[in-house]
Amino acid sequence: MSMKVLLCGVGGQGTILAAHVLAQTALECGQQVKVSEIHGMAQRGGAVTTDVAFGDRVESMVCDAGSADVVVAFELIEAMRNLPMLKAGGTMVASDEVIKPASVLTGKAPLPHDARGWLIERGALLVPAHATAVEAGNARVSNMVMLGALSALLAFDAQAWERTVSAFVPPKTIEANLAAFRAGRAFVSEKVM
Amino acid sequence: MELLSGNEAIAQGAWEAGATIGAAYPGTPSTETMEAFAQKPDVYAEWCTNEKVAVEVALGASAAGARTLVTMKHVGVNVAADPLFTAAYTGVGGGMVVLAADDPGMYSSQNEQDSHYYASAAHLPMLDPADSQEALDMAKAAFEVSERFDVPVLIRSTVRISHTRTPVQVGEREAALACEYETDPAKWVMMPAFARPRRIVQLERIRALGEWADASDLNRRSDGTAAVGIVCAGAAFQHVREALPDASVLKLGITWPLPEQAIRRFAESVEALYVVEEASTYLTDAVRALGVEVSEPPHPLPRAGELTPGLIRTAFGIAEPASAAAAEGLPARPPALCPGCPHRLVFKELKRLRAIVTGDIGCYTLGALPPLACMDTCIDMGASVSMAHGFELALGAQEGRRPVVAVIGDSTFAHSGLSSLISTAYNRGAGTICILDNRTTAMTGRQGNPFNGETLQGRPSRELDLEGIVRACGIEAVAVVDPNDMMATRTALKEATAAADRLDVIIFRSPCVLLSRQKGKPYMVTSCTGCGACLTLGCPAIGKDAGTGLSYIDQELCIGCGQCAQYCRFDAIEQAE
Repeated sequence: MSMKVLLCGVGGQGTILAAHVLAQTALECGQQVKVSEIHGMAQRGGAVTTDVAFGDRVESMVCDAGSADVVVAFELIEAMRNLPMLKAGGTMVASDEVIKPASVLTGKAPLPHDARGWLIERGALLVPAHATAVEAGNARVSNMVMLGALSALLAFDAQAWERTVSAFVPPKTIEANLAAFRAGRAFVSEKVM
Repeated sequence: MELLSGNEAIAQGAWEAGATIGAAYPGTPSTETMEAFAQKPDVYAEWCTNEKVAVEVALGASAAGARTLVTMKHVGVNVAADPLFTAAYTGVGGGMVVLAADDPGMYSSQNEQDSHYYASAAHLPMLDPADSQEALDMAKAAFEVSERFDVPVLIRSTVRISHTRTPVQVGEREAALACEYETDPAKWVMMPAFARPRRIVQLERIRALGEWADASDLNRRSDGTAAVGIVCAGAAFQHVREALPDASVLKLGITWPLPEQAIRRFAESVEALYVVEEASTYLTDAVRALGVEVSEPPHPLPRAGELTPGLIRTAFGIAEPASAAAAEGLPARPPALCPGCPHRLVFKELKRLRAIVTGDIGCYTLGALPPLACMDTCIDMGASVSMAHGFELALGAQEGRRPVVAVIGDSTFAHSGLSSLISTAYNRGAGTICILDNRTTAMTGRQGNPFNGETLQGRPSRELDLEGIVRACGIEAVAVVDPNDMMATRTALKEATAAADRLDVIIFRSPCVLLSRQKGKPYMVTSCTGCGACLTLGCPAIGKDAGTGLSYIDQELCIGCGQCAQYCRFDAIEQAE
């Protein structure tokens, strides 16, 4: 039994940190784990994806079309771009935040029409990550809201998650990160109940 | 168990093997290897100016008896090839291991060359780890092989090995055997009279390495169905296991020299043998050269880019899982220069000048993308300076021709731009060379370099005098300009390019915004006319409201550099109080 989670977003959104917390939690819960990251040029505000595979036995570290059990999207356009990676019966959780690519900023290309509707129609669960992070006291912890949202879909226990979150974020920000994580987890738990 | 990236695992393996000296030039996906090694106790590690220098530093240290680690990206091996090919004659003193990190798919590179060909061409043994535990184990094994066969050993990784974290059991450091230096010109002075006998030594070593490869348990065979046998190595092995779980697999941990007998025995045990490899035909050709029949899958595997399990399944005629249709017409999201990048205006002004811009490797390559879109060439480290000289020679005194301007970063200039500049100066070349000095090696994660005076392990250093070095080449027209200042930038470029027969060097000096991460008060648009001038800067913080057509500035992204305000003819961009 193994699972693949694809985390996608825009360089600088904290997708890699979220992937590291997920991987460490899986490892501490006795799983085999592989986390594949993309560094370098793509990180300069470009689209980024991080693949996490875990389970009793894990082979390839990358996701293909139709192979991800969960897609966690930190941004709406990237959610639309990566929806084909989702397995039939898999779950997408997506932040409702939009970060405009250069072509949209300069008016050369339009934003996709009704991205929210398009995603909801295809079963995605939209999470108000930015607003939730602001409520938790820090706009920069929206990645932890999304990680909390993901955690509600996986079997690892809440304490294991919170231990790794606390270990991976700067000490001064542990409370804000944990608050964001819990809020994201609660949001999705209510929706999927 | 710890989760380590392949890069961290190689550093750990080298440390456990008792390596004491590391030398490298940063390059994705290799960079974190030397950064991780530098953090270990009781080691010395440094950033060199380029990969050739790194190999030579390490070879000297090896000759003197130390176990040494060298790391570089695949294109760095091109730069380092000169000493590597002859180090394959001299051999080593203490063990010497060289990481070549390839980038199939070109996530952060200008090509996707396969470093296996270097191993084969230089006759240097090569190990191919397929996960982080193997990366650690193979790094340790590589030092033993290096000393046993008196030869530097290459480790080849790819993005999916270097940048994938998998669980690793770390161990203790072992003391390397003392290996004392003795003067031995017949081994170390490769002039013809000494090199000829070393070539014979090399040929004998190649034979011995072949026997070692055939007997080594670094190659692993797993028998599944006899119908399909796959030969593969590295990340491709993991994809094969997932895509074709029933296949028999010969996983090569040693990709040069090939374990010839093991491959022949494997071929005889399966009905059809296939080779699965990424962006290359190295293994396929090498296996065929053994006289082993290599079958083609029903549909060809892609010859360019990375493999995935899905691509392998498709090649072998296995149906892909169902997936949702992609959204149509989504805007692409290419990378961009950071908000407030101090060097943005240089590109804006070069576009305005309609210059022919020879570019270089690093963040500055992003000047090629719209809306700045002002770069004519980008080939390799240092090429901006030498190609500008070539453009100047060919265009000559053509009437009304566009000015030629080279753009290069400070670290790239130290890497190999300097030797190009000396060549241009010596040959009395003309043109304009812009050194965009952001005080760091930015694209690979802000490493030190000779012009910011920071060393890898924080030792006291020299901050080299860039303008002094340029002047020492006999170049008189040297200007130092703040690139945040639009008028100063414009004037400097105009003056330099107007002097058709002169070689000008403009040093645009302003630190990378990611160094201090300090933010000034953001700017805002107060009374926009919708002229769109600010949008042509390509700053990620500036956008155009789709409804009103007026510009706005994202207050969270803006770092307060004020570049845009200088381009607003209507004084409609002001800094927040």
